[in-house]
Amino acid sequence: MPTNGGSALIRALELEGVEVIFGLPGGAILPVYDPIIDSPIRHILVRHEQGAGHMAEGFAHATGRPGVAMVTSGPAATNIVTPLCDAYMDSVPMVVITGQVPTPAIGTDAFQECDTVGITRSVTKHNELVTRAEDIPLVIRQAFHIATTGRPGPVLVDIPKDIVDPVNPRSALEWYWPTDDEVASSLPGYRPTTAGQADQVRAAAELILSARKPVIYAGGGILKARAAAALRELAELTGIHVVTTLMARGGFPDDHPLCLGMPGMHGNYTAVTAMQSADLLIALGSRFDDRVTGKVDAFAPEARIIHVDVDPAEIGKVRRPDVPIVGDCRVVIEELVTAVRDLSGGDVAAAQPDRTEWRSTISGWQERYPLVYEQSTEGDLLKPQYVLEQLRDRAPEDCIVASGVGQHQMWTSQYWRFNHPYTWVNSGGLGTMGFSVPAAIGAKVGRPDRMVWAVDGDGCFQMTAQELVTAATERIPVKVAILNNAYLGMVRQWQEMFYDERYSEVYLSPDLPDYVKWSEAMGCVAMRVESPEEVGPAIDKANEIDDRPVVLEFRTDSSEKVFPMVPAGRSNSDIVVDPSQPPPGGLR
Amino acid sequence: MNLPPPPGPPPRHHVLSVLVENRAGVLARVASLFARRGYNIFSLAVAPTHDDRFSRLTVVVDVESAPLEQVVKQLNKLVNVLEISELDPRDSVERELVLLTVTADGDRRQEVLGLVERFEGRVLDDGADEVTVSVEDHPSRLDDLEELLRPFGIVGIQRTGRVALPRLESGGPV
Ligand SMILES: Cc1ncc(C[n+]2csc(CCOP(=O)(O)OP(=O)(O)O)c2C)c(N)n1
Ligand SMILES: [Mg+2]
Repeated sequence: MPTNGGSALIRALELEGVEVIFGLPGGAILPVYDPIIDSPIRHILVRHEQGAGHMAEGFAHATGRPGVAMVTSGPAATNIVTPLCDAYMDSVPMVVITGQVPTPAIGTDAFQECDTVGITRSVTKHNELVTRAEDIPLVIRQAFHIATTGRPGPVLVDIPKDIVDPVNPRSALEWYWPTDDEVASSLPGYRPTTAGQADQVRAAAELILSARKPVIYAGGGILKARAAAALRELAELTGIHVVTTLMARGGFPDDHPLCLGMPGMHGNYTAVTAMQSADLLIALGSRFDDRVTGKVDAFAPEARIIHVDVDPAEIGKVRRPDVPIVGDCRVVIEELVTAVRDLSGGDVAAAQPDRTEWRSTISGWQERYPLVYEQSTEGDLLKPQYVLEQLRDRAPEDCIVASGVGQHQMWTSQYWRFNHPYTWVNSGGLGTMGFSVPAAIGAKVGRPDRMVWAVDGDGCFQMTAQELVTAATERIPVKVAILNNAYLGMVRQWQEMFYDERYSEVYLSPDLPDYVKWSEAMGCVAMRVESPEEVGPAIDKANEIDDRPVVLEFRTDSSEKVFPMVPAGRSNSDIVVDPSQPPPGGLR
Repeated sequence: MNLPPPPGPPPRHHVLSVLVENRAGVLARVASLFARRGYNIFSLAVAPTHDDRFSRLTVVVDVESAPLEQVVKQLNKLVNVLEISELDPRDSVERELVLLTVTADGDRRQEVLGLVERFEGRVLDDGADEVTVSVEDHPSRLDDLEELLRPFGIVGIQRTGRVALPRLESGGPV
């Protein structure tokens, strides 16, 4: 069947199962926007291309399906570089389609030409400039295959205008749809590993069965591999405690007795210290990020390491494991469960050393160093932690939470109770301010059945708030809680603690902008909350609104700091707890 | 192996043989990966293989061996890269070509030509006071030649970068 590149592109997206595209048109991508009118695919018109990218990410985080964004050439392509890098760092499956100037104009500095493939090379899993219309169906299939298999990531497809423009003869092609085999053989250099090597799995099972102080260090790979159920089985079978990194929140239920919560720079004391004291770390889809390890040389000094990752380059990158296993987390964990069962001859508990002492050490830490803050009382300034507890307790269990980057992000991760996978949407590796509003919108589009809250900082909000116009127009009823502390709070915290309270360029003002008026102007319901007794009722009211976006502005105490904290570059053993708690010195 | 190993490159150098898809942009991907991860490419040679869907790159990298593992793994992640092997100089045959323009006036002309002959080189171009010669040899021998010719005055030089293949099981030509 003869067709043209533009129609073929949209058809290919339909056949890939794409239900929604986040985007904004312009000159070079115009011909592709015409067939969208006749396609069942929903297009969501964003107000800034960065928003399109983060929405696609939020969609992918919440659904596990690849998010799709489509923008024009030049400035639109450069506007989407940040989300590409964000998705690359956090292994988010995403396909971005950019328009490009016509092939004869490439290299001439034509209007809105930029070297998109060159600019995005180091922030994509793969990218491709398509130069012939007949390549479009294959390249689109390849893009989805690469974005979603192995270690997921963003793929960019750059499409010159002439090959999609029906009036240009170069856009003509005979329609075809490549088979899986054709896609695989067209990518001779791409062969991700899934199953773990049997002898390594067995070696890992042996280590697990002999460990006295083991900890499972679960990373974002658990969620990417849809391995939450497998992880739970392994933890329960062996009775081993689990820490869930910032990227893995929800990958193991926070209310599970074996859950220790988040480790790392602002992790809770027990999670950090249990890893630090462990004799075995079972790293599952985690990458020994510096925010988790603290000073690498001093990280978990006595621990042997089992490292499972689908990306061979992660293994040994930071810490050399005793047992490296390359493979899909879910597949390998299931293999581990079988190997542990086989090796222990059925009675797993009896086959392991007595870990009573370790368990009581852990519960001692938990009792001694819970997360704490000073409760707000009537008339007091709001404590951000209190706001989060109220948000958490008044939301349904399966509520999805997105956050920006800063103190509010850490408090959200600390105080929310993540009992279900795919309920936490956040920017971990890149730490992109402005992530939460568009990411929440994308998540809500992907999961319209769920309540979606964005917890944002006043600084972050000002970076991408305009996407609330998108949400209002498209009737995407997300909810935003701005923790307005009038500061770039996280930076302020560092200046207070490490720069002698010399505050440089971190003050934002609580009143400018007026968040309520601004939000109302964008078509949202908006409320300002200033004292503790107003918090609950305002949240309840917001939770009832389901036909438009809602923004709650909470005026919070700007002097509040995030604790615990491992100062940058220091050992995790130097963890600083809340000033109201006894310093941990020597407690091990 | 019946022949003594040829002199190896300096220890910080590693030779990687990389089989890639022969298509636009692949060289840029490889090169930018090295740049981004902070590795210095010492030399690089690239050309299509007997199967013109693929090209082979010989890359000489300037790194310690531990991070080399990381760069190899990162290279392997490039979708267009099929195969990477590190070639141990003791188990591979290596060659490089150099073109040299050398001052060769009066009596010194015979000396220069004598040296070139010793390295089995050829005169490609003959000027009044200069000659341009080509020599193909093991890269370290080309270093020697360069040293020997330097006193005469090297006017121009272009080396191709090292190319290499694994040595055959039964031993082969040097
Ligand atoms: C795009 C971007 N610019 C700068 C930073 C550095 N940064 C990290 S947290 C932060 C402050 C964020 O302020 P706000 O959104 O008000 O959150 P708070 O820490 O006050 O909760 C800054 C500037 C960043 N992470 N991202
Ligand atoms: Mg703030």
